[in-house]
Amino acid sequence: MIPAVSILHTYKSFGSEQALIDIDFEIEDGSFFGLLGPNGAGKSTIINIMAGLTRADKGEVKVMGNDVWRHWRKTRRSLGVVPQELAYDWFFSAREMLRLQSGYFGYGRSRYKWVDELLEKLGLIEKADESLYHLSGGMKRRVMIAQALVHKPRIVVLDEPTAGVDVELRKVLWEFVKQLHKKGHTILLTTHYLEEAEALCDKIAILDNGKLIAHDTTEALLGRYPFRLLHLKLKEESCDLPEQIQEKAVSFEKNNLVLRIHRERDHIADILDMLNSAGIRFRDLRTEEPGLEEVFIALTGKNND
Amino acid sequence: MKVAVQTIITPVVMVLLYLLVFSSVLFEHVEVYKGVSYTAFLIPGLIMMTVLQNPFANNSSSIFQSKLNGNIVFMLLAPLSNLEIYIAYTAAGIVRGILVGIGAWGISCCFTVIPIYNIWVVSGFIVLGSGILGSFGMISAICAEKWDHIAAFQNFIVMPLSFLSGSFYSIKILPEFWQKVSMFNPFFYMIDGFRYGFLGHSDNPVLISLFIVAGFFIIVSSLNLWLLHTGYKLRT
Repeated sequence: MIPAVSILHTYKSFGSEQALIDIDFEIEDGSFFGLLGPNGAGKSTIINIMAGLTRADKGEVKVMGNDVWRHWRKTRRSLGVVPQELAYDWFFSAREMLRLQSGYFGYGRSRYKWVDELLEKLGLIEKADESLYHLSGGMKRRVMIAQALVHKPRIVVLDEPTAGVDVELRKVLWEFVKQLHKKGHTILLTTHYLEEAEALCDKIAILDNGKLIAHDTTEALLGRYPFRLLHLKLKEESCDLPEQIQEKAVSFEKNNLVLRIHRERDHIADILDMLNSAGIRFRDLRTEEPGLEEVFIALTGKNND
Repeated sequence: MKVAVQTIITPVVMVLLYLLVFSSVLFEHVEVYKGVSYTAFLIPGLIMMTVLQNPFANNSSSIFQSKLNGNIVFMLLAPLSNLEIYIAYTAAGIVRGILVGIGAWGISCCFTVIPIYNIWVVSGFIVLGSGILGSFGMISAICAEKWDHIAAFQNFIVMPLSFLSGSFYSIKILPEFWQKVSMFNPFFYMIDGFRYGFLGHSDNPVLISLFIVAGFFIIVSSLNLWLLHTGYKLRT
């Protein structure tokens, strides 16, 4: 089966700055793929190369088996890209903008019905004929998503679609993107919200300083992280913790003690014994599996901001 | 038409003002060609001068505004070739030039009705002239990084060249040195050729003007297409 996107030994530099160094991975057709990394990691550069906005210095990038430079018409038809920054032309209403956008792909009146459907699905129908200037930021972002879908692309690329968006709209967008995926679209998502990647993506690639440092299923990546958290609700609000317990403590507020324990080296029974020997009693305990945030920090050594 | 006042009506009103001032002042004092009144001489020059300025404004503001807003990315993401983008914008400039030209000619009929001597010459020069300036507008917008740059193109290149091209006078009344300098102004050939289409008179043989204007159109178009091909300031 032809992969939706294949990036083969790709390099890109801007002056003396190496933006991409030997990036090599594939995105399966029909998958929900997450591309993560701190600011400046190279995520947007990869998207720009796929979309033909930037040219790689070396390597090969293909979309649905077509080279992005040699077969640019086919690749651009296959891609629907939602850029990170808000971009709109205030001369037009949402409906006019979408009709114009579909015109760029050679569609005329035959697409008007689909345009109206998109406006309906994205909650824009009531504001469809108002100037884009008068729409809220969230609505403008929805118009951008509609613009990316107006030509019914096989692959939808969302570059941080929920950045700066309120919680409610984020949920709406998540649901919408899930629906797209269910319909068979391949989704490539870049995001800073790691819980978003964890909730939505089946496979993830992590970039750092232009290099690919991880590429695996979400489950496998989470499984790589050898620690988990042990939450204990103690009977006393303050007490002297044994040294071996203090080394593992992440936080100790009021009577809530959180310990970071190694899956193989640390046994919960041993830890409870140590607490018992120190005269420390607990009321309740639970374990917490690591999130992508912990994996990300472990791999990059950075907080995701 | 979203901004008809700015794009069509304003330039037509400018023609009216020029006609009111210049033809009133100079009507009885200047006869450039024998048997042709100064107003009749002035009108084609004014029409063409206005036609040339507007395609430039159309394309430069359209592209530059898109760059500033960021929404130019949606055009660059589309499966459009550089030639298709160039043809679309140039055609838009030509349409605006023609509409402004028709409006300006209409308003000039309030002063005097000049019969068209050769419609093909009039059409040819209006299309080529609009195409050249529309294309030039694209180049300026691609290269510009702020509105100041567009204004500089407009105010220091387009306007001076269009004013000093024989719109208001025949270059034959200039000293010989300045006549020769005018020969290097491509706007002169556009206006002179266009005037021939109305009056049947020109300072320069019309076929030479047509050849030079067509050649200039090819040069400007080639430069435009080369800029689009390299992705200069549009793609990296």
